[in-house]
Amino acid sequence: MAMVKKEFMTIDGIPVEINGEKNLLELIRKVGIKMPTFCYHSELSIYGACRMCMVENQWGGLDAACSTPPKAGMQIRTNTERLRKYRKMILELLLAHHCRDCTTCDNNGTCKLQDLAMRFDINDVRFPNTAEKPLIDDSSVSIVRDQHKCILCGDCVRMCNEVQNVGAIDFAHRGSKMTISTAFDVPIAESPCVGCGQCIAACPTGAILVKNDISKVWKALDDPKTKVTVQVAPAVRVALGKELGLTPGENAMGKIVAALRRMGFDEVYDTSTSADLTVLEESNELAKRIADGKEEMPLFSSCCPAWVRYCENKYPELMPHVSTCKSPMQMFAAVIRENSRNSSRKSVHVAVMPCTAKKFEAVRDEFKVDGKQDVDYVLTTQELVRMIKESGIMFRDIDPEAVDMPFGTMTGAGVIFGVTGGVTEAVLRRLASDKSNTALMSIAYTGVRGMEGVKEARVMVGEKEVRIGVVSGLKNASDLIERIKAGEHFDFVEVMACPGGCISGGGQPFASSAEKEKRGAGLYSADKLCNIKRSEENPLMMTLYNGILKGRVHELLHVHYHGAKQEEN
Amino acid sequence: MIATRQELQSLREACMRAAKAESRKILVCAGTGCVSGGSLDIYAALKQKMEAKGIPCEVELAMDPHEDVVGLKKSGCHGFCEMGPLVRIEPQGWLYTKVSLADVDEIVERTMAKGEIVERLAYRQNGKIYEKQEEIPFYQKQTRKVLEHCGHIDADSIYEYISIGGYEAFEKALFDMSSDEIITQISDSGLRGRGGGGFPTGRKWTQVARQKATPKYVVCNGDEGDPGAFMDRSIMEGDPHRMIEGMMIAGVAVGAEDGYIYVRAEYPMAVARLSNAIAQAKKLGLLGENILGSGFNFNIHINQGAGAFVCGEGSALTASIEGKRGMPRVKPPRTVEHGLFDKPTVLNNVETFANVPTIIKAGAEEYRKIGTETSPGTKAFALTGNIVNTGLIEVPMGTTLREVIFDIGGGMRGGADFKAVQIGGPSGGCLTSAELDLPLDFDSLKKVGAMIGSGGLVVMDSHTCMVEVARFFMNFTQNESCGKCVPCREGTRRMLEILERIVAGKGREGDIDLLLELADTITNTALCGLGKTAAGPVVSTIKYFRDEYEAHIREKRCPAGACAKLRRIHIDPALCKGCSKCSRICPVGAISGTLKQPFVIDPEKCIKCGACIGTCPFHAIKED
Repeated sequence: MAMVKKEFMTIDGIPVEINGEKNLLELIRKVGIKMPTFCYHSELSIYGACRMCMVENQWGGLDAACSTPPKAGMQIRTNTERLRKYRKMILELLLAHHCRDCTTCDNNGTCKLQDLAMRFDINDVRFPNTAEKPLIDDSSVSIVRDQHKCILCGDCVRMCNEVQNVGAIDFAHRGSKMTISTAFDVPIAESPCVGCGQCIAACPTGAILVKNDISKVWKALDDPKTKVTVQVAPAVRVALGKELGLTPGENAMGKIVAALRRMGFDEVYDTSTSADLTVLEESNELAKRIADGKEEMPLFSSCCPAWVRYCENKYPELMPHVSTCKSPMQMFAAVIRENSRNSSRKSVHVAVMPCTAKKFEAVRDEFKVDGKQDVDYVLTTQELVRMIKESGIMFRDIDPEAVDMPFGTMTGAGVIFGVTGGVTEAVLRRLASDKSNTALMSIAYTGVRGMEGVKEARVMVGEKEVRIGVVSGLKNASDLIERIKAGEHFDFVEVMACPGGCISGGGQPFASSAEKEKRGAGLYSADKLCNIKRSEENPLMMTLYNGILKGRVHELLHVHYHGAKQEEN
Repeated sequence: MIATRQELQSLREACMRAAKAESRKILVCAGTGCVSGGSLDIYAALKQKMEAKGIPCEVELAMDPHEDVVGLKKSGCHGFCEMGPLVRIEPQGWLYTKVSLADVDEIVERTMAKGEIVERLAYRQNGKIYEKQEEIPFYQKQTRKVLEHCGHIDADSIYEYISIGGYEAFEKALFDMSSDEIITQISDSGLRGRGGGGFPTGRKWTQVARQKATPKYVVCNGDEGDPGAFMDRSIMEGDPHRMIEGMMIAGVAVGAEDGYIYVRAEYPMAVARLSNAIAQAKKLGLLGENILGSGFNFNIHINQGAGAFVCGEGSALTASIEGKRGMPRVKPPRTVEHGLFDKPTVLNNVETFANVPTIIKAGAEEYRKIGTETSPGTKAFALTGNIVNTGLIEVPMGTTLREVIFDIGGGMRGGADFKAVQIGGPSGGCLTSAELDLPLDFDSLKKVGAMIGSGGLVVMDSHTCMVEVARFFMNFTQNESCGKCVPCREGTRRMLEILERIVAGKGREGDIDLLLELADTITNTALCGLGKTAAGPVVSTIKYFRDEYEAHIREKRCPAGACAKLRRIHIDPALCKGCSKCSRICPVGAISGTLKQPFVIDPEKCIKCGACIGTCPFHAIKED
């Protein structure tokens, strides 16, 4: 075998082997240096606009590390007097056109601009502030934009276009008049935005934030005449710990339940419970279709509200193929509403979700009964973290507690809803004729697990081979839809709008991709710890179908979307 | 439709015969400058008058030549825009200047009917009358190669172009030369890109020819955007086929089948002439499939830019053609590898392509006889500013600034002192009298921190404020920045802000250093050429005219007397009789006083309009 010649270059005097890295930035990270960047995201295309990652080469020339491929023999320095001078000037220029009300900014402490300004010791801005006052678009129920906190790195634009294929925002105007805008500058709520919030995850500053509903929830909690119930989605438990002193991906459900009770919630539930309802209903729908064998088109999952909205906007003709099942959040809310129908107290239902699009789902007309929402408020994980901190609860030390009855039993199938492939795996567990443990474990290996954006599997359901697609990221969804339209056959397609599923939701605290994987792993180990793995084995299901749901399954658990409608606030 | 080489050759012979027969010609300049001066009306009136007079005139090149016909043509830009509208009479070679509708009768009666010159329409300089165009000093010192036919042929006629040897170079490249031979000729000629960078064209073509990916594209950058520059426009309007032929040769050389011309929508006449030229070439079979039976296919498409200066940058230009926002992208990969539609692309500007047919026809060696060793050939410049003869000129590379300004340009207007010349537009820098003997070529200019750019020359005299010049160009660059990278978007915004306050008399100590610090950052960190060169005008004006900056900042004084906000108007108490006339005319109530006592001007309120100065019967109001 021929020896492959190793190639080296030098970074700050240290020889480094080049090993297929696409750009200098990746290689610099290998030697333990974290370069300052605003516009670099490994999952997005190279933009090269912030110019913070410039390095000096052996000839004194400057290269942007993000967009320069490593070459053998190259010698670069990452921290020279010139580079520091330029970086400081760039930061100063950015700060001069940036609303600098850091103390009252929702992103205070997690802002990259603030962090780099501190790292580079910027203590004076010599230019007049041209973006002193906020410039806000709060038309959306999911997100809030403040143009005067925008540094025009374009991360949100590329996320919205490249990963999500939504294209709600893009650049407009030139020079210092450049902005990020919707088409014709309409309010974001009137744009094709699906509310997924991935732009929030990409934004290095506080220019795009989660719409904050904290004070409304506190108000409800403070009212003694109101009974406040809450459900917590699976992906929340593995994402908030890091912000509160736990290790990334650690399952903190017990502590969350305890904290919510201390904050004044009267009843605390786990959305995994209603995920079991979704599994049963969706499996029925799929089984019927497979038995019919008439449908050309696959059945699409409907748990993800950003996906539903995307489909309404871009593929309205496919809406009849989207499952009529409500999302677990809305199923649970309907059940809880019915359960407290005879209560003398006014009731408010809150859902803690990893998701900004859920805020929109909650206000949709389809989910209103007599004009009242089933879910009154949706809090994202980020907001819950804020509330826990505000309450002063020492989260790390708090003892875990169990959720309330009568809806206190759940299964592993419901817990894994929070990660891409989870819904599919849960449905397959239900549909598999072989109920042995071996069969259960083999489902995990059909190809439905993993963080890849597109997964495909063929499984036997009864006598029939069923072809399944699992996609996360709306660009992947639309690519798969185009394949289907071109004639490929699928029986079931699970779509999650956020890459990796709800663990990467737009309402989750910021996380690296490694941390996101840990969140996924956290959910799978929670599944392992559950003594019931299959939704149909949840004893609560029988009670519900014979009780509240009797004769009302369709009314309470299914929905017919009216089509794309503008959100109202 | 011509389907073979032989047919093209016969057509050429026919065209040449027809052109020869049409020895008497009136060429009315239909360049943008003369058209706005009314030359199209003059053209129509000439036609009407000649027909009325019974003088047979042909607008199209007549293929059945008969002796007495007079060719009446709309030509491209003659370059002497200062003296427009221009009318050229052939075969005498007379040039009539500043022609108006009122002159039409006389031109027809005397020149066309009797062959006499209308002397009062001839050009005069220092009392001397110049009958022939080529004898006028403005033309005499020029070497018109690329512009050789501009003004001499009907830009809307492919037959006229063929009659002067058009498409001969393409024919030679297509049938007699291999791709390597074409590229070798271009490389050996030393032709460098005329768009600003001066990159060797042959090297670019070699790199594209080497690429394995297909299809390949040939793109012509006609997005000329420097304020005051109109070289490319004149070529596109005056000799469109020449540039198209250059693109076709590039297509043969690199193996491309599609060419794109990216031209500003603000050049409607260029767009119209190019569209017409392409349609004619297609109709003749010079564009399309299986050209002249050679098996070579080539088509040319026109893309109109919406008028963004940054779209002259290669990657922004290709993005714009693709329908995307015209924003430069990071390089590598370069346009030669991943250009238009991500395919290998030859991207040259109009003037560069217009040089190609000459090189192929005459050979590299012949081409190198003009110009300097490292910058062979000629260069077209747009001469504007405080100079006697503004217009479009072409000189050998290496000609000195002095020859351009004083010999061709006729010196400073009104006999004022020469102060500086801005070369290379908003990306360039200024040169002062110390550089008057500097040869104009890529490398000499680079050495003094300036650049040839696309060829704009703005000549300035002692009444020009250099801080204001810097502000003007910075304002342009800031508006034209795409906004993508931080140093260009935010840095130019702040540089402009500082320059604006300096010319408004609000400059602060330290502003010059801050400008230079910003300039350093922008120049070294900006993403594309626009940003990297944006600070050029500021840096070079500070280098040569730092004292002007200092006078503005420290003394709140504009040495050139150009900055309105720095004018100081006061009333001389010794001369003022206290008549109050001035206080009544002042539009802002800045003048007050007691009757029969000297009045005073409140400098805070005064807007420096100067209305009071003219109204004072005692000449007591003065400006310093």
